[in-house]
Amino acid sequence: MFSVFIQPRHPVLKKRDDFEDVLEERRRSSDLRYALRCYTPTLYKGLVPCKASMLKSIVLQSDHLQYVIKQVSSESGDSAECVAEEASLILDEMAHRLQLSTIRFFAFTLSKAFKRLFRSVCVNEEGIQRLQQAVQEHPVVLLPSHRSYMDFLMMSYLLYMCDLPLPVIAAGMDFMSMKFVGEMLRMSGAFFIRRSFGGDKLYWAVFSEYVKTMLRNGYAPVEFFLEGTRSRTCKSLTPKMGLLNIVMEPFFKGELFDVNLVPVSISYERILEESLYARELLGVPKPKESTSGLLKARRVLSEDYGSMHVYFGHPVSLRSLAEGKINRSQYNLLPRYIPQKPRVDTHEFLNDAAFRLVRIQEENMVLKPWVLIATLLLQNPDGLELSFLTEQTDWLRHLALAFGAFLDWPNHEACSEVVSCSLALHRHLLSVSAGHVQLNVTDAPQDETTPEEAVFHRAVVVLSCASYRNQILHVFLRPALLAVAMQSANSNRKDDVYNCFNFLRNMFSNEFILCPGDSVQDFEEACYLLMKRGVLQVLEHEIVMSASGHSTLAFLCSVLDPFLQGYQVVCRCLCEETNENLTEKEFIPAVRSFALKLILAGRLKCCEALSSDLQKNALAALLRLKAVRKVKVGDQVTLKVNKIAVNSLEDTLGGKIPTLKPILARL
Amino acid sequence: MFCCHIVSTLDVTKHFSSVLSGICRAASVDSITDYNEFYCILMCRAARRSLSLRQEIMKWNGWGYSDSRFLFNKKGQAEFTGKRYRLSGLILPSLKDWFEGTFGANLQHRSPPSLNLSAVAPPNLNQPFVEDLKAAGLAVSHDPEDRVFRAHGHCLHEVFALREGRIGRVPDMVVWPSCHSDVEKIVELACKHNVCLIPYGGGTSVSSALECPREETRSIVSLDTSQMSRILWIDEKNLTAHVEAGIIGQDLERQLNERGYCTGHEPDSMEFSSLGGWVATRASGMKKNIYGNIEDLVVHIKMVTPRGVIEKSCLGPRMSTGPDIHHFILGSEGTLGVVTEVTLKIRPIPEYQKYGSVVFPNFQQGVACLREVARQRCAPASIRLMDNEQFQFGEFCFSLILLNFFLLKNFCFKGFDPQHLCVATLLFEGDRGKVLQHEKQVYDIAAKFGGLAAGEDNGQRGYMLTFVIAYLRDLGMDYYVIGESFETSVPWDRVLDLCRNVKERIVRECKERGVQCPPLSTSRVTQTYDAGACVYFYFAFNYRGLSDPVHVYEQVEHAAREEILANGGSLSHHHGVGKLRKEWMKESVSGVGLGMLKSVKEYVDPQNIFGNRNLL
Repeated sequence: MFSVFIQPRHPVLKKRDDFEDVLEERRRSSDLRYALRCYTPTLYKGLVPCKASMLKSIVLQSDHLQYVIKQVSSESGDSAECVAEEASLILDEMAHRLQLSTIRFFAFTLSKAFKRLFRSVCVNEEGIQRLQQAVQEHPVVLLPSHRSYMDFLMMSYLLYMCDLPLPVIAAGMDFMSMKFVGEMLRMSGAFFIRRSFGGDKLYWAVFSEYVKTMLRNGYAPVEFFLEGTRSRTCKSLTPKMGLLNIVMEPFFKGELFDVNLVPVSISYERILEESLYARELLGVPKPKESTSGLLKARRVLSEDYGSMHVYFGHPVSLRSLAEGKINRSQYNLLPRYIPQKPRVDTHEFLNDAAFRLVRIQEENMVLKPWVLIATLLLQNPDGLELSFLTEQTDWLRHLALAFGAFLDWPNHEACSEVVSCSLALHRHLLSVSAGHVQLNVTDAPQDETTPEEAVFHRAVVVLSCASYRNQILHVFLRPALLAVAMQSANSNRKDDVYNCFNFLRNMFSNEFILCPGDSVQDFEEACYLLMKRGVLQVLEHEIVMSASGHSTLAFLCSVLDPFLQGYQVVCRCLCEETNENLTEKEFIPAVRSFALKLILAGRLKCCEALSSDLQKNALAALLRLKAVRKVKVGDQVTLKVNKIAVNSLEDTLGGKIPTLKPILARL
Repeated sequence: MFCCHIVSTLDVTKHFSSVLSGICRAASVDSITDYNEFYCILMCRAARRSLSLRQEIMKWNGWGYSDSRFLFNKKGQAEFTGKRYRLSGLILPSLKDWFEGTFGANLQHRSPPSLNLSAVAPPNLNQPFVEDLKAAGLAVSHDPEDRVFRAHGHCLHEVFALREGRIGRVPDMVVWPSCHSDVEKIVELACKHNVCLIPYGGGTSVSSALECPREETRSIVSLDTSQMSRILWIDEKNLTAHVEAGIIGQDLERQLNERGYCTGHEPDSMEFSSLGGWVATRASGMKKNIYGNIEDLVVHIKMVTPRGVIEKSCLGPRMSTGPDIHHFILGSEGTLGVVTEVTLKIRPIPEYQKYGSVVFPNFQQGVACLREVARQRCAPASIRLMDNEQFQFGEFCFSLILLNFFLLKNFCFKGFDPQHLCVATLLFEGDRGKVLQHEKQVYDIAAKFGGLAAGEDNGQRGYMLTFVIAYLRDLGMDYYVIGESFETSVPWDRVLDLCRNVKERIVRECKERGVQCPPLSTSRVTQTYDAGACVYFYFAFNYRGLSDPVHVYEQVEHAAREEILANGGSLSHHHGVGKLRKEWMKESVSGVGLGMLKSVKEYVDPQNIFGNRNLL
């Protein structure tokens, strides 16, 4: 039950649990009775029973917080009482007020809502059982993926349904501004953290002590999103370390014997926020969370969102994870209530663990047939014949399965049936006419729209569609990096290909989940998968493409193509930028208008370059590679571009420079 | 005093003198020549007799006296044999149920020891050395039994191997010096002939310290200090006693008692361990709160090393003369030389002694109470806190410790959960008025932490259990149960976390290694200090179905020690390092620290005459 995770060398062999539809029962019996049923959750064996109000005083009295209060008071000159008062206010603002009655209310309303929204909500029964076991043994941290607001409502709903203890959930402060809803969420176990509190020692102390206290006492499972925020692209986001560090510290310091980390993968056949996200990525600002906004969102209730899958992964024992990597005796020489910055090795461990956990989330993410279709439609902007699309989908399905994708393909149904079902569900993104399927990109341009508006309109559809393709990227990512590397290496030598692979991997490590330091392993995995598929032959010093491998490699290359193009656009934009004092804030609009110009001029086909997510990731990569530097001028952060370096990166991405050694030397 | 019920080795000595006089009477001494011859025979026999007497009344493959052991009688009831302890001769009806319930052991499944002394390899003697020793008139032996007896301490793997008749490398001979100058002679000869010396005191080591290093190719000589057991003088003005280091704890205490004094040093092994051994391992006594640990008790130490004798020039109570050289000797574990004579502080026997016990609702409260007692610096002579598992062990297996049924019911009524409650045992010493006052103070503190007084008898029984618990392991081994105790010291704020984590680690490791029933994994706080506490763990499991139980045991103990270190515990509080815990020395004292110790060894014993390879 304590899965120590070793990278699956043979992803295909992975055994996954079966699903059960939890809505089925809800459709048959009374929701009210269900909401009022006797709820007796399994509890942690070491539970120190305490009420939410008592929790607050434990936190405020804690040695850690008292220490920080004294420290802050002596630094700021405010009296300790004053600082303590402030701490108490922070805690009031933060703390949840979990109440069973609110949960029951949600159980009732959400049953109604879910039944209207979804055809089915499928959960792996065995995962629930494992969780039930894990909850009793050690404090549990739930780590769901984050694609939608639905995520945490669904999590609490499911845990209530399965008689598991209700989690306390770290939520962003933005929810709090939704007057009524914020309080409702608070009473259903959400606690609120400010988005940024960088240097605020007191805030950090209150927050970390609050989370740790709940964990130590076994008060409730702590739930938070490793990715920090909802992924607007449906790609997993680079994990954030802050909260992970907090929940791990009680183990490092010996206050807990172990912590069970449970990755949960939540996948949607159709995402509620689909077009909202696309607009956001294109720079239409996201509407501020407000209750009236949510009410307007009622419109969504009338639509069909297909099915939803929740997969509870194997609990990962933090103890086994840290075995041999963390020397816990490093904490022996300092009283444990004195906050310590994580040391380098701890930091590395956190980073590594976070990436691995996100990868587990990715691997357990259920993929619907539509994801395959979306991938194909994006690669063929001019559309496909339905019969060809069906054929290609079937081919892609087998490729994906061979690479270990967790595909939810209906049993005993003809491929054409499956494809037309998927097309029907996502009809708003498509146009189907006379057996020709096309993304809805050439929607009759109305007279009053400007060319810019037309481009944006098209981009919304493309990005919406891309958010489905992105769900399967993690399956193809490593082989695709290899495919591109082979193409641009211009050589069959394994070393050269690896160098190229490594360059690309490095370039895209803000874009995709690529564990730092796993380069060789990833390369081998890619080789193994493609070799098994008969696409490549991997010899001692050479990698040779097989005769039949061409189509697969071409497909894989075009999977990465939008990203290669997008990054090049960013590089080009920075090189051609004349403003010496380009500020960080101006960066996105600058790249956006640059890309827009290229598209309008017909020099760029790829709409994905307009995505602010891609642009941000590209900038982060350039900063990491030190091709761009941040310089603080006054209260503005400006970007200093090393144009030679950026230029050569662009050329390398475009395959114009085969090897990257000279560039790296120049960097 | 609880050692009064122990039939001491004095009786043995008396027995020995009566045998001697018997021999004297039997042989009619007629002529001078006859007398000389007789004298020679007599001395030889006497030497043989005296040298091996202790050995004869003690088990060679288990703990303690041969006549004292637990066994299950024909009715399946447990019994403790012999006459030495208060528990001796008692029937313990519920021990069987506890034993079977806790370990899943079955009395049908026996694993009795098999004896095989012929497995002992012939000695590798250094003849010139032997000749020189004999010429110097020193008593020696290379009898297999003598050698095997001194080849081990009481680690589980050592005793287990003996019971299975597996005998590894044993000393090639034993030598019995009878005074300081004998030791000087032996060490000098050892250097001359390059033989390896391993000092042997009481043989109660639990750190593999007495194991002969496998890689040692020289002749290994066990230097048994048991004949150096005299109190040389007592200085009533300064309250000190000068004692030979081979003296056994209980003999020292009894002889001092006869003069109206005591040292107050009472380690759990005091029936068998020696003064020299205490010094060499930095021993700790139960009543250290009044009398101090061994390092607080010694005023002067004389040790023979290959470089010569090391000692201080005066008996001043404290000196500022650079690093205290005593601290090179204390804890040197026989790697530098042989401690021959020690001057110790002595105290008048306390006027009044009183046991006590307190029941706490849970272990957390108990620890909090002990911490408060330490904070107020009002710890009684001894204060110990057993966790719930140990309480149950005492309660249900002996039905004598602690609470009788009536009392237990009473506590349950007061909201104590028998699955959580834990017990502290107390011992107060001093003049009567102060003891009573002290007692009240401690009970008042206990009350603040929910502690309820549970009577004197229960306290006394708790301490008695200390002496018989080691015998219980031998019973376990008769029925596929193996176990041991180990200890550590830890700052106050980490006591609870350390206890919980180590206990849980033991359970988890056992499970992972295929131990079928959950192990017994309990802890107890046995000493309080200003800045922390000493914690003891008892750990035992049923090994049926395991192909290499000792290996499993060692792996689990190893993991437990790692867990202790990871939780801020020390490598050892008083058991020492020996060879068992050597691998962690560098981590524990830093590379420089270890280097310092090594350079001392290098200077004092360049030939590695004291080659037991402990510690470094």
